[in-house]
Amino acid sequence: MTVARLLPRTISKAVVGLILLFLGFPIVVVVVVSFSSATYLTFPPPAFGLRWYEAYFGSADWLRPTWLSLAVASAVVALSTVLGTLAALGLGRLPKPLRVVAAALVLSPLIVPVIVVAIGIYYAFSRYGLVGSPLGLVLAHTCLAVPFVVTSVSASLAGIDPRLQQAALSLGATPRNTFLQVTLPLIRPGVIVGALFAFISSFDELVVALFLSGSGAVTLPRRMWDDLRFQIDPTIAAVSTLTIVLTASLLAVAHLLRRRAQGNLGKASVT
Amino acid sequence: MIPLLLAAPLLLYMLVFYALPVLAMLLKGFGEQHWTLAHYASLADDPVFLKTFWNTLSTAALVTLGTLLLGYPVALALVRTRGVTAAIILVVILLPFWTSVLVRSYAWMVLMGRHGLINEALLAAGLIERPLRILNTSLATVIAMIHILLPYMILPIANALRQIDPSLARAASGLGASPFQAFRQVVLPLSVPGVAAGVLLVFVLSLGFYITPAMVGGPRDITLSMLIAQQVDQLNWAYAACLSTVLLATSLALIAAFQRLPGIGNAFRMNTR
Repeated sequence: MTVARLLPRTISKAVVGLILLFLGFPIVVVVVVSFSSATYLTFPPPAFGLRWYEAYFGSADWLRPTWLSLAVASAVVALSTVLGTLAALGLGRLPKPLRVVAAALVLSPLIVPVIVVAIGIYYAFSRYGLVGSPLGLVLAHTCLAVPFVVTSVSASLAGIDPRLQQAALSLGATPRNTFLQVTLPLIRPGVIVGALFAFISSFDELVVALFLSGSGAVTLPRRMWDDLRFQIDPTIAAVSTLTIVLTASLLAVAHLLRRRAQGNLGKASVT
Repeated sequence: MIPLLLAAPLLLYMLVFYALPVLAMLLKGFGEQHWTLAHYASLADDPVFLKTFWNTLSTAALVTLGTLLLGYPVALALVRTRGVTAAIILVVILLPFWTSVLVRSYAWMVLMGRHGLINEALLAAGLIERPLRILNTSLATVIAMIHILLPYMILPIANALRQIDPSLARAASGLGASPFQAFRQVVLPLSVPGVAAGVLLVFVLSLGFYITPAMVGGPRDITLSMLIAQQVDQLNWAYAACLSTVLLATSLALIAAFQRLPGIGNAFRMNTR
């Protein structure tokens, strides 16, 4: 190939590489800083060590919010997965006008600005003593997590070959058994993926927590936010790295499940 | 009957813990005792609101433009590569997508601070003599927001590009078009629905940004979300409710307007997560 034809290609590769660097580099920086041995924030670090992880794991001020966030996110997963899966099973079969309204209600947290949701819930919850309580956070975060469950389960429902259910029914299975033995196993990956997204959405959530945490229910993002306002020491880089690792592993699981589900569905509809 | 029974628990839940609280709050903007539009009328010549609204819109526009310019080439690369390279590109796009906004704003504080990496590098290279002020400026907000919203632009565009029949581009070059002409006259027009979906998504999401501008932005660059939070802190509920209604109405109006455009409404519905 001539230089004239190769040059544009090299330039476009370089441009894309730079943009990807822009996307990935800040996260690499956080991870590298977390292993710094310096007592102050500097990049690149003079030497490496685990002191900021020791600082994190040795501080009740950091561990308490971490446990609270894990507990809140787990409760949110339980609540949103049950409510969302049941709703996804029903929503698609509702008559049209009702279905549109119901879908708008359930999916709107994806587009309504979070601040509007946060202060609306804060306004209502403050009158019932739900500010500064983990219960308030669970109830509010569930509203924001539900769309992820509903979209994920609906997508896997839409991917099921209806002939599988018809076959089960025609072979004498009751509707209940058809659901338990055919439909449920087929949508299980979708349910789990939705649950993982629900977990991440609650675990990372800050805007609602800023209003609902009060002083009694400080979540991890809330604790990080307070820290960043007053001081910046690399403990927060260690915390960030740990949350990145947690999120990335959950996403990897979600991805594997999705691929396996697609494989299964492909096989199932061939037969 | 059964479908309604299945959906009812969630619908009831969302009504009680989400829709009614938000509606009750928004209604406060129409007067505490009796109905009035006075709060809204006063917004029209409220300098703080007008400046904030303009700042929010112009930031959203800059961020949308930035994500479009940076996102299109990446979407193209994502669609045109195969195997390991494509997987790496996808991971680089998706990992930040799911990393908390807080962590990423922190990363930009590390990079753009007075003694951050960018300043240190520029000083070492002898390009500047004193550290530049990058953090806590509106430039920092725009850069950090572009970083956060880039995946929302890339994924819809990549989706649209993937649906273009590759034989169309081959036919164009077979008929004598240069690679650039084939792109400009065949691929680019066919990717417009994806671009429109990305633009809408990024612009609407930009309007609601709160954490990032508060952390890396300048003290005077207040967004609508920040102003709302500030008013709630001062227990100024009526004003906060008016501002929330304006923010919400702007977002919904944009979405409604875009869905009217032929071929674009579908693309948007398909691509919302």
